[in-house]
Amino acid sequence: MAKTHITLSINGNEVEALVEPRTLLIHFLREQQNLTGAHIGCDTGHCGACTVEIDGMSVKSCMTFAVQAQGAHITTIEGVANPDGTLSALQEGFRMMHGLQCGYCTPGMILRAHRLLQENPTPSEEEIRFGIAGNLCRCTGYVNIVKAIQYAAAKINGTPFLEAAQ
Amino acid sequence: MNKQTPIDIDRAERTEKLQGMGCKRKRVEDIRFTQGKGNYVDDLKLPGMVFGDFVRSPHAHARIVSIDTTRAKALPGVIAVLTAADLKPLGLHYMPTLAGDVQAVLAEEKVLFQNQEVAFVIAKDRYIASDATELVDVVYEALPCIVDPFKSMLPDAPVLREDIKDKMVGAHGPRKHPNHIFEWQIGDKDATDAIFANAEVTIKEMLVDHRTHPSPLETCQSVASFDKIKGELTLWGTFQAPHVIRTVVSLISGLPEHKIHVIAPDIGGGFGNKVGAYAGYVCSVVGSIVLGVPVKWVEDRMENLSTTSFARDYHMTTELAATKEGKILAMRVHVLADHGAFDACADPSKWPAGFMNICTGSYDIPTAHLVVDGVYTNKASGGVAYRCSFRVTEAVFAIERAVEVLAQKIGMDAAELRLKNFIKAEQFPYHSALGWEYDSGDYHTAMKKAMDTIGYAELRKEQAAKRAAFQRGETRELMGIGISFFTEIVGAGPSKNCDILGIAMFDSAEIRIHPTGSIIARMGTKSQGQGHETTYAQIIATELGIPADDIMIEEGNTDTAPYGLGTYGSRSTPVAGAATAVAARKIKAKAQMIAAHMLEVHEGDLEWDVDRFRVKGLPEKFKTMKEIAWSAYNSPPPNMEPGLEAVNYYEPPNMTYPFGAYFCVMDIDVDTGVAKTRRFYALDDCGTRINPMIIEGQVHGGLTEAFACAMGQEIRYDETGNVMGASFMDFFLPTAVETPHWETDFTVTPSPHHPIGAKGVGESPHVGGVPCFSNAVNDAYAFLNAGHIQMPHDAWRLWKVGERLGLHK
Repeated sequence: MAKTHITLSINGNEVEALVEPRTLLIHFLREQQNLTGAHIGCDTGHCGACTVEIDGMSVKSCMTFAVQAQGAHITTIEGVANPDGTLSALQEGFRMMHGLQCGYCTPGMILRAHRLLQENPTPSEEEIRFGIAGNLCRCTGYVNIVKAIQYAAAKINGTPFLEAAQ
Repeated sequence: MNKQTPIDIDRAERTEKLQGMGCKRKRVEDIRFTQGKGNYVDDLKLPGMVFGDFVRSPHAHARIVSIDTTRAKALPGVIAVLTAADLKPLGLHYMPTLAGDVQAVLAEEKVLFQNQEVAFVIAKDRYIASDATELVDVVYEALPCIVDPFKSMLPDAPVLREDIKDKMVGAHGPRKHPNHIFEWQIGDKDATDAIFANAEVTIKEMLVDHRTHPSPLETCQSVASFDKIKGELTLWGTFQAPHVIRTVVSLISGLPEHKIHVIAPDIGGGFGNKVGAYAGYVCSVVGSIVLGVPVKWVEDRMENLSTTSFARDYHMTTELAATKEGKILAMRVHVLADHGAFDACADPSKWPAGFMNICTGSYDIPTAHLVVDGVYTNKASGGVAYRCSFRVTEAVFAIERAVEVLAQKIGMDAAELRLKNFIKAEQFPYHSALGWEYDSGDYHTAMKKAMDTIGYAELRKEQAAKRAAFQRGETRELMGIGISFFTEIVGAGPSKNCDILGIAMFDSAEIRIHPTGSIIARMGTKSQGQGHETTYAQIIATELGIPADDIMIEEGNTDTAPYGLGTYGSRSTPVAGAATAVAARKIKAKAQMIAAHMLEVHEGDLEWDVDRFRVKGLPEKFKTMKEIAWSAYNSPPPNMEPGLEAVNYYEPPNMTYPFGAYFCVMDIDVDTGVAKTRRFYALDDCGTRINPMIIEGQVHGGLTEAFACAMGQEIRYDETGNVMGASFMDFFLPTAVETPHWETDFTVTPSPHHPIGAKGVGESPHVGGVPCFSNAVNDAYAFLNAGHIQMPHDAWRLWKVGERLGLHK
């Protein structure tokens, strides 16, 4: 199949590649770019395990062709940690609040939470729950994911974090 | 309170540094998982690796007239197409199941369920493999199918399993019909029948625990790599029980077991889905052996939901006999178990219906009888324990619904009825009528704590007021109070009654202290999100006085880990956790000898103090475990072999019996059928608590899966055997929006036979949660004489209940 030339930025790095028009972005990221943090959970856009950030939007990369990312700026979980290599506020929040178990939904969940906090730096619990409704988790029951996002919001805002719902 | 001395403070500080048992240690795993650096099967990329994909049957029951692979093989990029004709000469077109049946790897003459595997296409990438599956031309001749298990054993029912139609004795005894798998009986039939014949009160209800699926977020997948030169196979896969897989692969492939390297890397959730052996694993192995290159197989979600391992599908006719004062005298249960096309239940081999005989629950029921009939239907095979020990969710659902039905019949409060019939604390160890020895429990304390915390009496008052208001036409909302008091049976299990394919269900731990005092420990279990790397280290930290952060836990590599039976049925802590403690104690005993030599005292003069042996009465004379480790490699006592390590294969003397009291408060809109969980309170007693943070996380997750099962999740078939809704579009997985808030609580009744008193917890919330939700729904409608309302309780079905009762005017 004829390939298409694309150039894009992934986690701040300029990338050039040849992709088939039908190659999904998730497969391009995982198999051609070796960025295996985003996962495939459902193939139908429901679970959100493949969530990445494209040009300031949360995008399910299993529902997107790689060619659609021409010229885009993509952030994946591999690009989320602080520049000095320490965990970002969200990554730290997920660890501190036990917001993950098997880890499979976590990269997508963190990317989604990242966008949520960009758009609403002080979300209520209800806003968090609606904000992550496109990302499924089978392990945690979400209580601790909500807390993880609240922890991160507090850390980013420099406000005290009172563990909710205790 | 006594004032703390400097010695106390020193001890407390040293204890805290260990991050041992009882502390909320943050998880080791999360460092890699939060950075996208987990290592799951599909992340694996090997040189020359190719991809396999299945051609699947569109029919539920059909004869295969012909398979033509010509067009598929002609597609550029296709490397091979395997069919049953290719596997048959190798004896691999069928594989043994864990339940003593065989299961088709690729269908030979017939297909027996929709989406059954018919051919395996191998191509250079996954897109081409998928394209090629559509180019395999299969001609089918459709046959009448059986979807309703109650029609399986009708005299004129079509014979499903022609491969075994003349074999009238199966793995579990005589078969009554070609579509019958087994009849399993336990208890005293005559005594039970006699009590029922004379009882003041009896109840009888058909309780259906419907077909569903564990659906972990990561599907089943494998990568097989066969080295033709060395004759060695490496198999990476989503295996909850990697050692068992290695043995099975050896038995069915004929490869010697030492030349098979099975590796289970990080697993994206299991919940029972990843215990069994599947056609995809076998085909990736055969493909790699034939082609000499690595072959990857990855299920998509539709394949996962419709082919690999459903759960439940138990149709339980449940009866109780009681006095009119509510004392339960006997229980009688008949189960019709729909096993699908092959009996591929993942139970210990001697237990065709798992531990269904825990169905007398938490109650002192002196007499009982249970019969389970397993039948074939044209549905996917499985019958796995979905976040529970074997068939325990079914058993607990039966008893916990039945006691509510009884309470309603005699007009007694459902909590009071439970309190009246609980096994009393002084009755443990308790021998149940159906053969178990409950190790420990204190049910009354747990129930009373739960009732006080939730404010049970007030809730009943509120409910009475709401019911009156509803009947006056002032509200359209019904309030339900769900109760469930469950007893799990986990930690399989003692070799006298638990084995898998003849291998006793022990588990193992191997601990090695390095010269500088850090540790590597390897286990026979395999975490799928439970946090084993964190919690096993906590056990070792407390036992050996080495900080948990200096202990690495490794699982999943069958070359390096000691043989174990894997992680399912909440067995990791009860069995491998016990092995860990015992292995650590062996090391500690040797360390004590070394310390005595170092301090030039008798061993008996030493006592353990957090992280060191000290001379009794002379606390300043001590050797830390770290110092002892160096000495073990540097200058061990004369005649003692150097090194400091131990292995233990732990044979549990009994199961463990975690229990809990759950309460749910639910409000249901009768006009829309929408049910809202106002409160859910879960009190768990899992014995000694290793990491309270992880326990709470397990409870949250189990409750969420229980909520899903009870309130909507279902694998449904139409009358021609089409599987309905095998995608996340239709299959209910709760999002953060629907999922209720969870309140957790606990009591601690340590297991008397477990080295650290732990019982296991991961599955309790699922087991206890499902009946709690269903009881809440049923309780909401009970005053309207609704009768038993079957699960799942989605809004459509609850709306239909309202229709049936004439509530919609």
